Amino acid sequence: MATETHGAEAAHGAAEAGMPQLDFSTFPNQIFWLLVTLVVIYFVLSKIALPRISTVLAERSGTIMNDISAAEELKLKAKEAEAAYNAALAEAKAQAQQIANETRAAIQADLDAATAKADAEISAKAAESEKAIAEIRDGALESVKDVAKDTAKELVAAMGSSADARSITAAVTARMKG
Amino acid sequence: MATEAHGSESSLVFHPMDQFKVAPLFGDGPVHWYTITNVTLWMAISVIGVIFLLVVGSRGRAIVPSKGQSIAELTYGFVYKMIEDVTGKDAVKYFPYVMTLFIFIVFSNMLGLLPLSFTTTSHIAVTGVLALLVFLFVTILGFAKNGTKFLALFWVSSAPLAVRPLLAVIELISYFVRPVSHSIRLAGNMMAGHAVIKVFAGFAAIAAISPVSVLAISAMYGLEILVAFIQAYVFTILTCVYLKDALHPVH
Repeated sequence: MATETHGAEAAHGAAEAGMPQLDFSTFPNQIFWLLVTLVVIYFVLSKIALPRISTVLAERSGTIMNDISAAEELKLKAKEAEAAYNAALAEAKAQAQQIANETRAAIQADLDAATAKADAEISAKAAESEKAIAEIRDGALESVKDVAKDTAKELVAAMGSSADARSITAAVTARMKG
Repeated sequence: MATEAHGSESSLVFHPMDQFKVAPLFGDGPVHWYTITNVTLWMAISVIGVIFLLVVGSRGRAIVPSKGQSIAELTYGFVYKMIEDVTGKDAVKYFPYVMTLFIFIVFSNMLGLLPLSFTTTSHIAVTGVLALLVFLFVTILGFAKNGTKFLALFWVSSAPLAVRPLLAVIELISYFVRPVSHSIRLAGNMMAGHAVIKVFAGFAAIAAISPVSVLAISAMYGLEILVAFIQAYVFTILTCVYLKDALHPVH
C-alpha cells in the first residue's frame, strides 16, 4: 500500500539522482522487515518492558507516599509532644508561682504575728517600767521626807533645843509642799 | 553497512547516496521481500537496543533505580507524559503503540549515526509505512469512536457558515496530506544530514581542506544527534496530536 501511495510523488525523482530511497524493488523487503521489527518491539514493550516499568514507578510513588504520610504522622506526634511539654512547663511554672506566693504569705503572716507579739510585749514592758519608775519616784519622795525630818531633828538637837517629832514633821511637810 | 565512498583517486568522487543502498547481507542476489538485507541487520540491532534499554535496563525493578533503570524510566516517562499532555488521559491506553513508534525511530536514528551504519529511517518506504500506520489507525479509530461525528473535524463550527464549505475542503486536503508530510519530514531530515556529512567527508581527500572538512563533519555530527532525537520527538508528538483529533474531533 505504501508503495502505491509514494509511487506517484516519487516517480519524477527516481531517474535523475539514483536515490536508493526510490528504488522500488527494495520496498517490499524494507516494509516486510519493518513490520516484523515493529511487531517484535510492540510485544517486547507491551508484554515485558512497559508493565514492569509502570509497576516499578507505581511502587516507587507508593513508597514515597507512605514515607511522606509516615513523616507527616511523626511530625504531628512531635507537635503533640511539644504541646504536652509546653503545657507541663506552664503548669509547673504556675505551681512554682503558687508555692512561692503561699510561702511568702505564710512568712508574712508569721512575721506579722511575731511583730504584733513583740509590740505587745514591748508595750507591756514599757508600762511595767513606767509603773516601776513611778513607784521609785514615790519611794524617793518618801525617803526625802524622812531624810528631811531626820536632818531637821538633828539640826534642832544640835542647836541645843529639843523639838517633838510631830511639829518637825508638820514643818517639813509644809516646806516640801511650798 | 554503507558502502564507503572514498575519493582516494586523483579526482574527487562523491557517492553521498551510497550509504542508503539496500543490499543483501549474504551474497549478491536480487532483493526479495524476505531477503536478509542491511535493513534487516540494522532493524534487528535496534530491537536488541530496545530490549537492552527497556528490558535489561529495568530488570532490577529497584525502588532506587540504577543508571540503566533511570534511563529506561526517563524514556517511559517522557513518552507517557507526552501522550498524557497532548492527547489526554483517556489516550493512555494507546501508549504502547506510541511508545513502539518513538523507541523504534529514536533507536534507528541514533544507530544510523554510527559510522558505517545503515539508517533505516532515512528510507521513505520505512517512514511511509510508519506514517500510514498512524494515519489508518487514527482514521479508523476516529470513526469507530465517534461514528459520523468524526467528520466534525472537517466542519469548522467556529467559522462563519459561508466559509465553512471552503474550510472543509482545506481541512480535508490537509488531513490527507498528513501522512505525506509526516513521513517525508522524518526521512528527509535523516537522509539530508547523512548525505551532507558524506559530502564533507568526500572533501577530506584534499589535504588542504581536510582540517576544515573534519571540523565541519564534527559540527554536522553534533547537529545530527540533535536532529535524530528531535525528529523522533516530532514524529511522536504529531502522532499524539492526530490521536487527539481522533478521540476529540470537535474543532
